[in-house]
Amino acid sequence: MELAFLITLLAAGIRSGTAILFATIGEIFAERSGVLNLGIEGMMLMGAVSAYGVAFATGNPWLGLGVAVVVGGLMALLHGVVTISLRADQVVSGLALTFLGSGLSAVLGAPLVEVRTAPRLPVFPIPVLADLPILGPIFFNHNVIVYVGLLTAPLAWWYIHRTRPGMELRAIGEYPAAADVLGINVNRQRYAYVVFGGMMAGLGGAALSLAITPLWIEDMTAGQGWIAVGLVIFASWDPLRAAFGAYLFGAIRRLPLDLQNLPFFLAYPQLGYFMNMLPYLFVILLMLISARSEMRRRIGAPAALGQPYVREERGA
Amino acid sequence: MTSQTTTFPQQRRVRLRVEQRLEQPLWLRILTPFILIAAALLIGALLLWLVGANPWVVYNKMASIAFGSAHGWSDTTIKATPLILAGLGVSIAFRMRLWNIGAEGQLFIGAWVATGFALFWLPRDTPQAIMLAAMAAGGFIGGALWAFIPGVLKAKLNINEIITSLMLTYVAIFWNNYWIYGPWSERGFGLTPQFPRNAWLPRFTDYSEDFPFLRGMTAHAGIFLALAVAILLWFVWKHTKWGYEVRVIGDNPRAGRYAGMNLTRKILAVMLLSGGLAGLAGMAEVSGVVHRLQERFSPGYGFTAIIVAWLAKLNPLAIVPVAYLFGGLLVGSDAIQPAGIAKMLQGVVLFVVVGGELLLQYRIKLGRSASS
Amino acid sequence: MQIMTTSPYAVEMRGITKRFPGVLANDHIDFEVRRGEIHALLGENGAGKSTLMNILSGLYRPDEGEIAIRGQVVQFHSPRDAIRHGVGMVHQHFMLTPSQSVAENVFLGAREIGLVLNPQRMAAEVQRIAEQYRLPVDPNAKIWQLSVGEQQRVEIIKILYRGAEILILDEPTAVLTPQEAENLFVTLRSMAADNKTIIFISHKLEEVLSIADRITVLRSGRNVATLAAQGVTKTELANLMVGRQVLFQLERPPLRRGEVRLRLDKVCALDDKLLPALREVSLTVHSGEIVGVAGVAGNGQRELAEVICGLRPLTAGTIEIAGERIARPTARRMIDAGVAYVPEDRNATGSAPNLSVAENLILKSYRKAEMGAGPLLDRSVVERIAMSLVKSFNILTPSIRTPVRKLSGGNLQKVILAREISGRPQVLIAASPTRGLDIGATESVRGLLLEERSQGAAILLISEDLDEIFALSDRIVVLYEGCIMGEFEAAEADLTQVGLLMAGGQTPTEMTDVQRGY
Repeated sequence: MELAFLITLLAAGIRSGTAILFATIGEIFAERSGVLNLGIEGMMLMGAVSAYGVAFATGNPWLGLGVAVVVGGLMALLHGVVTISLRADQVVSGLALTFLGSGLSAVLGAPLVEVRTAPRLPVFPIPVLADLPILGPIFFNHNVIVYVGLLTAPLAWWYIHRTRPGMELRAIGEYPAAADVLGINVNRQRYAYVVFGGMMAGLGGAALSLAITPLWIEDMTAGQGWIAVGLVIFASWDPLRAAFGAYLFGAIRRLPLDLQNLPFFLAYPQLGYFMNMLPYLFVILLMLISARSEMRRRIGAPAALGQPYVREERGA
Repeated sequence: MTSQTTTFPQQRRVRLRVEQRLEQPLWLRILTPFILIAAALLIGALLLWLVGANPWVVYNKMASIAFGSAHGWSDTTIKATPLILAGLGVSIAFRMRLWNIGAEGQLFIGAWVATGFALFWLPRDTPQAIMLAAMAAGGFIGGALWAFIPGVLKAKLNINEIITSLMLTYVAIFWNNYWIYGPWSERGFGLTPQFPRNAWLPRFTDYSEDFPFLRGMTAHAGIFLALAVAILLWFVWKHTKWGYEVRVIGDNPRAGRYAGMNLTRKILAVMLLSGGLAGLAGMAEVSGVVHRLQERFSPGYGFTAIIVAWLAKLNPLAIVPVAYLFGGLLVGSDAIQPAGIAKMLQGVVLFVVVGGELLLQYRIKLGRSASS
Repeated sequence: MQIMTTSPYAVEMRGITKRFPGVLANDHIDFEVRRGEIHALLGENGAGKSTLMNILSGLYRPDEGEIAIRGQVVQFHSPRDAIRHGVGMVHQHFMLTPSQSVAENVFLGAREIGLVLNPQRMAAEVQRIAEQYRLPVDPNAKIWQLSVGEQQRVEIIKILYRGAEILILDEPTAVLTPQEAENLFVTLRSMAADNKTIIFISHKLEEVLSIADRITVLRSGRNVATLAAQGVTKTELANLMVGRQVLFQLERPPLRRGEVRLRLDKVCALDDKLLPALREVSLTVHSGEIVGVAGVAGNGQRELAEVICGLRPLTAGTIEIAGERIARPTARRMIDAGVAYVPEDRNATGSAPNLSVAENLILKSYRKAEMGAGPLLDRSVVERIAMSLVKSFNILTPSIRTPVRKLSGGNLQKVILAREISGRPQVLIAASPTRGLDIGATESVRGLLLEERSQGAAILLISEDLDEIFALSDRIVVLYEGCIMGEFEAAEADLTQVGLLMAGGQTPTEMTDVQRGY
């Protein structure tokens, strides 16, 4: 009985954590290039609402997915213009986009709140593998988008550490001037990675509204975009650790839902509220853990994170 | 071999260049906020048109409802009060580059503590002055402690305060929900019983017997508290050593250390104050407006306060008119379809301010140059 | 347009002009370098040398003027263009990413390596170049693990890999010991013999005369002279650099040594990486004297200054200020005890850039009672004090309310000095006080230090500039790897011997185990 519970929880965790995984990995790329994007929450919401709306209007969830990715990318492009070209404060610009995304998605999504019939992304149990004991239900019996998520982390890792563009990415975030002198267009790459981060956030939002919690309500991400930023720090900017954190977080998010049918919880329904707090407290715990180990390992953020890159400076 | 150097051909090309201004001319500096607000309204109008509303009608209606009558001003004042208090709180933290994004959570906890005093922790017949004082102090302390947690994590372990304060906001919302749906609930609905009269902040309309024109104006005494705090804070920045220290640390923490300032203590003090003021905003809201604790008593005051503080450039005196502007926005948009307009416009304003300010620092120059 | 492919000049720059906001860095400069020569570009800080070379290496674009490489007119839009024409630059502050390996740094930006990295091939290539030019380095080591000299080799390998025939080195010996500098010169001479062209930016007369074939002197953005190194004297060069007669020995009033003001006894401290930075350092500074700490950057100077100012904890030993032992030094306690500190980093540490001149001037003194009753800060008092300091220290600023980031380097340094000196400190620590300043500002600063010395202050001067140490100090100590290697009265000090000690080439006979690193 307990094993079954664990399997269900892990499977649900992977499913539930997919959205935040996309957002986190997108943000890892953005931050590794040196740009802090706090607008993920807003981009996810805009992604979610546009995916849902377009899927409903056209009957095609894939189109919805595509639009969500574009929308996320466009918002991130705005952030890029303001922070890379205009060199505004990255924190405030990100915040502004979150407000904007939150408000605009609420406005756009108002007519969609009652709609429950928007088409969803298909679930696809992988033949043969889905029947494996234990591993089957955990990994191979999911919505298509979840599989994409499972592949994303190792792909991202490979890109960052084993390819030439990945090597350049690491340089840009650490010492942009060095990359610049060698002919790498720092700002152009930063734009690319910031937009990519936004696209991933949009993808995460679409995963939410078209697969994980298939509906639209205002502020449906409930802070997952913010949690993604925290996860990036916990993951030490490494995609594999990010995946671990995202799925763990997904499991914790699911916990109250699975536990609430247990007799103990039925007797005390109010405990539900405390269970709801768990994911958020968990993030704080994660950051505490990574802070302590960071001090010991001295592996920190990309050195140039948060600082706009200016090429022409007064030289003696 | 004769040293013949290369001769260089002459080239002349007209170039369009964008270069940074050295100094902003005075006329530009004064006009900047107006230009920015106008730009924001324009973009907002565009978005409104895109979602099928008529911007002119919308803006007109919003303005007249919010500012077109004495009652309108009263309603706007109600919304402006928590914005001023929370905005002041946020501005203190921002001055030291502490991004206290969790003001909403601190506001919630402040409201919770105030509710505790109002309904449960003090005897029913406590004189109003003492009850209100206890609620205010409790609200302040509650909010302060809620901000203290991210503060201490930042000060001791350099943990990002944006994330921690924001996570605690969600925790605070669930905390309040537990109490208002549970032990404090009025018959299981998502609200507490109404506060007794001695826990209500006095409202203008309470004096309508002596001053008939005040009838119906539900703005409350919280506004005076807010204004007082604004003036006090202005004084602190300008004329106290403590204020000077915060400004130095906010500008360059290393210089602060070098000057012998205790950064840890400052971070904690600033976060306590910041959270305390947000908590006070929460107390003012439950005591002066809704007179109970309920689920959605705040339309995101804590978040809007961030925009207010930023737009006011962290200047305490400027926060008051900006809070009124946003208060008007909230009042006006209450009466408008579609919902969510206020949030959207707030986002537009903040974004325009952030980007636009810097855009105005550049100018386009047409010039001839001798080479590429 | 004539293209002379047999031009004897590797580099020709004509009429180069470059403006930055508020300053004309290069003013119609003409500059030529012959093939296979070592050409020094000499000038004081701010003369425009780095700017000119940044233009040549493609980092900046000139506002006016033209460049020809080997007789062919070129236009560089980026450093990539420059390197394609064989021009590569090694900057003063190395452009290496610490967390990546040597090989990754060498290959950064090289498009030919394809999508997927091949670490073995990359390492082999680095090794090949390293051996060819005698620049030994481990391709797989991470940059943060390397010494400064090794990092410089990586930089050189970087540009050699890209086919540099014209190498520009910006103040290459600034961070090297005299021995490492000599090794570098050997490498450069052999490269020049290989028909590579070397351009060498420096402000050090001695080394320019020893290594260069020809010298170009820049002053205030203009080329004032180009001459063969043979037969030129230091004095002639210095005059060209400065434009007026320069005395090498500063007029120093006689020493009047008083009581001990600063005493360090077997002080130990760790650096930011938690490695030992100071090993049982003992020294004393008396009132009325200047003690100069000589040493190559990175041997504990910064930690020494910070320990005395209370900005860094001691792990062992004691500090006494004016005879009083300070038990657990904090910045506040040391300030109260009368320690003043002019940090080497005026922007990052010594000032709050967006606050006004006045507010920066009171950074150390704002706690005093006369600044305001209790918690209050009396603006009128602040402004009065600021005005008088601006006047007496001759600080050039539009007003005392101007944000301090708008001041020039020299004036900012004057603000910092004014602030530190006006507190009548018991002990003054000055770290690289004239770095990055022009001659005028440098003279003012040195004059102020000497004035303080006459007034009886105890001054600890930490500087990488040996000339400055010799010019100002009454006593000289040498710091190497956190140990005091030797102590001399100024009159007895010998430049060669000090240089040797700075490089660890001669260890004192009595060293404790701690100092040896056990």
